[in-house]
Amino acid sequence: MNPRNIPPATRDDPARERRHSLLGLVSSALLTGAAFALVLAQPFARPVLLACIAALALVQIGCQLFFFLHIDLRRSHRDDLQLVLFTSLVIVLMVAGSMWILSSQHAMMG
Amino acid sequence: MRFASGTDRHPGLNIHGRDPDAHRAAEPVIFGFWIFLMSDLVLFALLMATYASMSLHGIAGGPTPRQAGDLASAGVETALLLASSFTFSLTSLALKYRDDRRALVGWMALTGLLGLGFLGCEAKDFASLIGKGWAPELSGFLSAHFTLLGTHFLHVACGLAWMAVMFVQIAVRGLDQAVATRIMRLALFWHLLDVVWIGIVTLVFLQGSLS
Amino acid sequence: MPTFTQDWTYWLFGLLRWSDFPPKADGIATFAASLVVLGALAVVGLVTRSGRWRWLWREWLTSLDHKKIGVMYIVLAFVMLSRAVIEAILMRTQQASAIGQAGVVSADHFAQLFTTHGSIMIFFMAMPFLTGLINYVMPLQIGARDLSFPFLNAVGLWLTAAGAALMMASLVVGKFSTGGWSGYPPYTELGFSPGEGVDYWIWAVSLSSIGSTVTGLNFAVTIYKKRCPGMDLLRMPLFCWTALCTSILMIFAMPALTVATALLALDRYLGFHFFTNGAGGDVMNYANLFWIFGHPEVYILILPAFGVWSEVISTFSGKHLYGYISLVGATMAIAVLSFTVWLHHFFTMGQEANVNAAFGIATMLIGIPTGVKVYDWILTMVRGRIRFIAPMLFAITFLLCFVIGGLSGVMLADPAIDFAVHNTLFLVAHFHNMLIPGTLFGMLAAYMLWFPKAFGFRLDEIWGRIAWALWSAGFLVAFMPLYPLGLMAMMRRTAQTTRAEYAPWLWTAEVGAVLIGLGLAALFVQLWVSVRNRARLAAPLGDPWDGHSLEWATPSPPPEWNFAVPPEVSGRDAFTALKAQGIAYREPERYEAISLPRGTGIPVVIGGAGFVCAFGLTWHIWWAALAGLFAMWGGVVWRSFQTDLERTVEAGEVAATHRHWLSRVHAVTPVGRDAETSADNRGLAEHEA
Ligand code: HEM
Ligand SMILES: [Cu+2]
Repeated sequence: MNPRNIPPATRDDPARERRHSLLGLVSSALLTGAAFALVLAQPFARPVLLACIAALALVQIGCQLFFFLHIDLRRSHRDDLQLVLFTSLVIVLMVAGSMWILSSQHAMMG
Repeated sequence: MRFASGTDRHPGLNIHGRDPDAHRAAEPVIFGFWIFLMSDLVLFALLMATYASMSLHGIAGGPTPRQAGDLASAGVETALLLASSFTFSLTSLALKYRDDRRALVGWMALTGLLGLGFLGCEAKDFASLIGKGWAPELSGFLSAHFTLLGTHFLHVACGLAWMAVMFVQIAVRGLDQAVATRIMRLALFWHLLDVVWIGIVTLVFLQGSLS
Repeated sequence: MPTFTQDWTYWLFGLLRWSDFPPKADGIATFAASLVVLGALAVVGLVTRSGRWRWLWREWLTSLDHKKIGVMYIVLAFVMLSRAVIEAILMRTQQASAIGQAGVVSADHFAQLFTTHGSIMIFFMAMPFLTGLINYVMPLQIGARDLSFPFLNAVGLWLTAAGAALMMASLVVGKFSTGGWSGYPPYTELGFSPGEGVDYWIWAVSLSSIGSTVTGLNFAVTIYKKRCPGMDLLRMPLFCWTALCTSILMIFAMPALTVATALLALDRYLGFHFFTNGAGGDVMNYANLFWIFGHPEVYILILPAFGVWSEVISTFSGKHLYGYISLVGATMAIAVLSFTVWLHHFFTMGQEANVNAAFGIATMLIGIPTGVKVYDWILTMVRGRIRFIAPMLFAITFLLCFVIGGLSGVMLADPAIDFAVHNTLFLVAHFHNMLIPGTLFGMLAAYMLWFPKAFGFRLDEIWGRIAWALWSAGFLVAFMPLYPLGLMAMMRRTAQTTRAEYAPWLWTAEVGAVLIGLGLAALFVQLWVSVRNRARLAAPLGDPWDGHSLEWATPSPPPEWNFAVPPEVSGRDAFTALKAQGIAYREPERYEAISLPRGTGIPVVIGGAGFVCAFGLTWHIWWAALAGLFAMWGGVVWRSFQTDLERTVEAGEVAATHRHWLSRVHAVTPVGRDAETSADNRGLAEHEA
């Protein structure tokens, strides 16, 4: 089918999509920059800094999923979003569990 | 037809406007690839958990995470990979909107160059660590460090090899449906490697230099 | 690392030496090696003599048809089952005879036996069996023509087969790991286990795990994207639900195994320090990673069997499944919970009590959905018209024994009890109590249930019952004694003891093992007898058991395209509904051409290359390892340049095949359930209101 046969309402807009990608680049660059700046300047205590860079990383991951991978809350994306959420659940269980187990073992035997 | 041609049906850029048939055929293939990527993500998560534990308990008199991580070079690597993720999204847009292959091939080639640059930088980091006598055989921590970064490195290298195959296929087969969906899968792979890198930079380099 | 030599034999043959080939150190090992070689030669000879190489290659090995791939998986499973059962009997003989004496095999050989037995049973018997089953049955049940990715499916098969071949090669060339199926370091590190054994284990398991990952992915996509019109998720047969949950577990659990074995390989090959005793290695992380995989793995093994039991019990009770929604819910709950309990495999490793308590409680929680299932199955039978034929008999053994195994599992979930019986035969009794009546009997029942679908004739019922009696009695006699033995502190993996009080129990278990061996033989006799009587047992019309789901709506064996036209479904138990409305065998209004994947030899090449790569890595034959690796990826790339991957079956051919079958259906009188095992059962069921 020729693109021109598709009604304009359903045809996507290249300019808008290019802006979308650009936003992905800019937001990621800013978030990365912020994280590096925090680590270089060290304005807060270490635990606060750790929390900040972790939060910045999570936000950036969200941004990239949205802008580059086009995962969002639209209905047609439900399966994919569910998959991402389930994966996140599995990862949290595995990583948090492992850290808890291993650190406890080291604390008991260290 | 059950679906309006305008609906998105899978992660990554959807090309329904350009080629509705390819779009429909792409759906299960891309969904399957997306599942594979999720499985791969679990693999990275477990390597990171291992790294996190060994960076605390596996030093064994060797260098600490702070000594082993080079923040400046991590910054350069991050910039390269992020830029390449952006150029790949332009590659996808060229696939979706442009009928000529030039833009597509151009953006993908640029992506490849940025990826090569990234690999070069990382290889230099590895070499400099080994040059200081900090090879992976020295301590559990260094083993974990090299393995986590090395696994990501290998993934990027595979992405580049895949890209090379795609250049050949575009030349030999043209942009047929199968080739188009392969480029879309490669795009997911590439973007996800950048997502993984965010985790690695934060855990290994930023967190490391705070330790 | 091996010592670096300029020696040309090292570059050519790696660590392989003449002494690695038979004859072996002891007679039993030499005998086993000759059995492998002679067996392989016999197969080659038979195929050559009957002039069937072309047929084998074109019809089977290169086929992308999910049904043929399914059958090949199950053939592989039976071959490997035979080896692992023989090893089990040998182990039982050793433990019974080695009280204050040397017994029949050396300690080192005994260690190889439990390692290969465990690894084979899990990775090369149970996994191929259930994968083959899902492959065969699931697409038919959801009204699909094939899996989403037929090529990938074949790749999974051949990678698994390559792993199995590596296991077989280890009987002949060199020796296998002695580190158990879980391969714990530091024992499996180079310092304690030099040589090829552990490497064989690493690469065999890796091949199987890659195969399972891609297959799980394939199943999940198929269930999501290929259901026929009207087949909502909540209308799928329960077997498909369990297949879906198992696939999800494969997708998310296999990476943990890959990480564990890969890191172990890095330690062994490149001198890393992930799990070594010194230099900052952390052996406990291996246990952690392995069981992050290992626990979901046991649910990968049991969930499809739960699906089979649901089908068997509802079919042979002549009723709809009781509590369908609760069974679906319980299956999903088990799948998710199975990611939260892995620590119960190493309660004794030294973490604080709170960690143990949390994981212990999570473990006990799994008992709840499992209990729900057991009640649902029992309630399915209530007021049913139960036919006690072989698969149903297995189901009853399952229900009774599985509850015992489950109860011993809940006991082990209590860390305090586990501290007392950890690593004893109590544990061995527990997990065999789950795996044999649960998984293995489930697979055997499924084999008997669906065999007529795949081959167009039923299996002999008398020999089926003999097999059931031998397996059930054998299981009880072989494994119940292990509970008291465990409580008497007999440790697992023990090659010799001095405790005379173990003797009566161990000899009893030995009798049980022999009964199981006879049960296995009975299965082969059943197959042999049935093939010989296939004319009398023929049930080509496709529905010998008055089945509920769509696979029974096709001829036996089904045509390559499964359904002449895609079925339309309006509720659960789709085929029962069609039969009730009297439209099960109605001629469709029109036929359409169907496109099917063409067969290809590339998956066989990829599997072969995988074997070469793994063998090369095991023996440090680097050129072979590299060549294998490149050939594997070469196969993938080669495939990506191929076009014209499908062939078309014209509507006329589809129509002719279908009409032929329908005319046979209309020519036969349906049989009632009381004549189910008689020669009158041609696969057309009488509809009972
Ligand atoms: C068919 C009858 C079977 C018999 C007679 C049998 C017997 C045995 C014996 C004697 C052991 C060694 C126990 C010890 O460590 O002292 C063992 C271990 C084991 N078996 Fe079986 N088994 C049978 C079936 C199965 C099945 C069906 C599975 C799995 C699907 C299985 C999985 C295992 C595993 C994982 C181990 C542990 C290996 C290790 O210690 O690393 N077995 N079995
Ligand atoms: Cu478990």
